Amino acid sequence: MKSVRLDNVSKMFGTAKGVENVAIDVKPGEFFTFLGPSGCGKTTTLRMIAGFYYPTKGKIFFDNRDVTTLQPNKRNIGMVFQNYALFPHMTVFENIAFGLEVRKLSKAVIKEKVERAQKLVHLDKYGNRKINELSGGQQQRVALARALVIEPDILLLDEPLSNLDAKLREETRLEIKRLQVELGVTTIYVTHDQTEAMTMSDRIMVMKEGVVQQIGSPQEIYNKPANHFVASFIGEANMLEGEVIEISGSTVKVKVDSDLQVEGVLDPSADKPKLEVGKKVKLSIRPEAIFEGQGQNQLHGTIQLVEFTGVSINYLVKVGSATLKVMIINKGNQILNRGDSISLYVPEKGVYFINE
Amino acid sequence: MNTNQTASQQESWWSRLTQSKYFIYILISPLFLVLLAYVIYPFYQTFIQSVVGTEGAGIGNYKRFFSLESTANLEALWTSIYISVISVITCAIVGVTMAFLIERYEFPGRKILSILVLVPMALPPLVGVLSFTFLYGESGIIPRSLQALFNLESVPFSLKGITGVIVVHTFTMYTYFYLTASAAIKGLDPSLEEAATSLGSGRIRIWIKVILPMLTPAMVASSLLVFMIAMASYTAPLMFGVERTMTMQIYLSRTNGNLDMAATQSTILSIVSISFLILMRWYQGRRNFQNQSKGISVHRTELRTPFMKYLSMFLSFIGVIILMLPILVLVLISFSVDGEWTIQIIPPAYTFDHYIALFTDERTWRPIWNSLQMSFVATIGNILFGVAAAYAMIRTRFKGKALLDILIMIPWALPGTVVAVNLIAAFSEPSVFSFNQVLIGTFWILPLAYFVRHLPLIFRSTSAALMQMDQSVEEAARSLGANWWYTFRRVVVPMAFSGILAGTLLAMVQGLGEFVASILIYSTSTMPLSVAIFQKMYAFQFGTACAYGVLQILLIIFVLFISQKLTNGKAGAVI
Ligand SMILES: Nc1ncnc2c1ncn2[C@@H]1O[C@H](COP(=O)(O)OP(=O)(O)OP(=O)(O)O)[C@@H](O)[C@H]1O
Ligand SMILES: [Mg+2]
Repeated sequence: MKSVRLDNVSKMFGTAKGVENVAIDVKPGEFFTFLGPSGCGKTTTLRMIAGFYYPTKGKIFFDNRDVTTLQPNKRNIGMVFQNYALFPHMTVFENIAFGLEVRKLSKAVIKEKVERAQKLVHLDKYGNRKINELSGGQQQRVALARALVIEPDILLLDEPLSNLDAKLREETRLEIKRLQVELGVTTIYVTHDQTEAMTMSDRIMVMKEGVVQQIGSPQEIYNKPANHFVASFIGEANMLEGEVIEISGSTVKVKVDSDLQVEGVLDPSADKPKLEVGKKVKLSIRPEAIFEGQGQNQLHGTIQLVEFTGVSINYLVKVGSATLKVMIINKGNQILNRGDSISLYVPEKGVYFINE
Repeated sequence: MNTNQTASQQESWWSRLTQSKYFIYILISPLFLVLLAYVIYPFYQTFIQSVVGTEGAGIGNYKRFFSLESTANLEALWTSIYISVISVITCAIVGVTMAFLIERYEFPGRKILSILVLVPMALPPLVGVLSFTFLYGESGIIPRSLQALFNLESVPFSLKGITGVIVVHTFTMYTYFYLTASAAIKGLDPSLEEAATSLGSGRIRIWIKVILPMLTPAMVASSLLVFMIAMASYTAPLMFGVERTMTMQIYLSRTNGNLDMAATQSTILSIVSISFLILMRWYQGRRNFQNQSKGISVHRTELRTPFMKYLSMFLSFIGVIILMLPILVLVLISFSVDGEWTIQIIPPAYTFDHYIALFTDERTWRPIWNSLQMSFVATIGNILFGVAAAYAMIRTRFKGKALLDILIMIPWALPGTVVAVNLIAAFSEPSVFSFNQVLIGTFWILPLAYFVRHLPLIFRSTSAALMQMDQSVEEAARSLGANWWYTFRRVVVPMAFSGILAGTLLAMVQGLGEFVASILIYSTSTMPLSVAIFQKMYAFQFGTACAYGVLQILLIIFVLFISQKLTNGKAGAVI
């Protein structure tokens, strides 16, 4: 268990930018996730931590040891690759034993550790199987066992679930989390799937085009997105822009257009956006923060689209010039039809001002 | 404490070195050094000899080559080109027709034909030509049987001269067209044709507009290849007595002691061959003619009328006979008693002695043992060089990759005769690259020649295997704590093993059958197998010569079989 610190790390590929000024501090035992769309530099950052790339600028520390240019085989990391990268010419047992053999442990110790690792990932009976005789999920678990058996200081996972089907993905997700909690190993996890990131992580770093957008716990990222990109990338959000017409204490009133005015409270803990009467401001309202009925921030609109998912009823509602996504939890309420008018309200804590 | 410190200092010095971006150049320099010593330097020496001849420096030799007073050289150049062009045309016709018949039609005998169609690949050059002279030469079995059958005054036909050369070329080289064409035809999506038909295209239109354009890249590549190989052909002109070809001229100039002229002719032939190599690389780079679609089963048209069925049966029977005859005749003659076969149609007396002698008589066993040893030594060199070069080429980044690639491929384009002449020019005198030894006349010169000639084989088969191997597997090993060397040993080599082995076996049998360079530089104490066959032929010991030949063929068939298994039927890519 070690901490990982990236000190303003940048990576250039020739003149093309990989990532820029990444500064993070992963605590011992923490589950830390890099989240972002394809090509945003997640893998690049992870590979610098693993030692497959050297940063163009900045330094990397494990605890207080500078490992910026240390060879990958000297870092004591466990890494799980997107395509698993299992050794096709070896059996399951030999794959898992590889890292232990490198460490020159005795045969008996290796056997014992490998068997324990196999149990851990529920592959006890599969030691003699060839890799191509395993299903995708089993291969995934071999890769995990192989990375964990060496008792790494840091576990790195690069989109480990992306090659699995939906059902298996959920199962394996729980499995990885269980192992991580059980072993307490510092884990850095790369994904572009926000559900994975939200459910597994202690903290998330959201990236876009090589630049860090926000670092925070899943709740912070979801409830207090730092900018437009984060708000729309994580979950769904109604992004609105309007003019501040009144500030009283921490309550701010914004006019989006003549039919749509909302009031919200500024979050005392967050950095305060510089708001002034007459200035433009961006705000985000999550679909589930909008309720049907009468209350604060009363709105009236017309339904344009109805979607029933079972858990919820999703409406697209036209309010003034804006179209809002609304999600009503299904408690057996009457489902409205396209063209019906609907009354909605937004409690003031559902309105979030974006600091941009 | 103290030692600890030095150790860690050394470590940091080492890791600084290995992390430097110039470190890779230290690693690849041995590869370039080998190429410099055994490919470029010999080539350069030949060139020097051609311009700094015994009669003083200058381009005199080249003037003489192109002079219109004694036109022997120009004639040779012309004949070589002429033979090559005709060979390309005949090979294309035979190869493509075979490919279409076998890939597109279902007829009795198709299966067996589709296997036997590759038989010519199993014939080592010398042995192939030999069997042709036994079969179709002036006193060959076929012409004589026809003569006897129809009571003719003289044989109705016989293979000789340029025609003989072209027939042999066609038989041995059509496989290049066959392989690429059948790959291309397999890749032709039948739905394309169906689409064209559904759009109202007639058969001929489909051929011109759809099928031919899709085959063109494969055809161009094979044409260049066959042209190059035909230019380099030496055995066929030798056996059919066509002296006016470039390779024969080089051989004659050498045996007449006109070394400057031999060097000049070699240089000119090399330039032609290398230009073709570059043309070919350029064309391959420009167009990717690989078979892209996988697993699309080709519809085979069934022949319906009984007449067509019988006709096709008859024709495939003839095809099978023609393909099998060369091997059958070798086997037959290998059992014949030496010296007994004179004017009869087939040998009159038979014995098993030649095969026993192969392994028991010291004098007949000697050439086999020599060839095994020399081929083994050369192959070890090829493995070391080929695997290292393939790894550097596929897995690392450095400036000069294209140069390395072309330098490795050059020996493949150079005619064996030229390789021999180059080595003679370079190593008749002590040089740094031969550790101050004269190599000509020693054991080492032939393994060196085999090493140079077969340089690309293991390189290519290993590169192909490495290309299919995901780099992240190596990274996984590194992340588990394995250093570079351990990763290379435990992961890279085992995973590329089938590729390495396929190339190794191929290099080994090619070494065992090598004739063209051997005949120019062998020394009597280390006479290789193929030269022994050649000499037995001229001593009229046909039985022994053919027994040697059969042994070679068996080895090649064995190797082809293994590499077919190893590469899942993609052995064609290795060859
Ligand atoms: N070896 C390389 N050479 C040049 N550019 C590279 C290299 N590796 C990555 N890049 C570039 O750096 C940027 C970040 O790539 P990276 O692989 O880190 O993205 P990612 O976030 O992992 O994306 P994905 O989700 O698709 O895996 C991309 O624009 C990519 O094209
Ligand atoms: Mg990635």
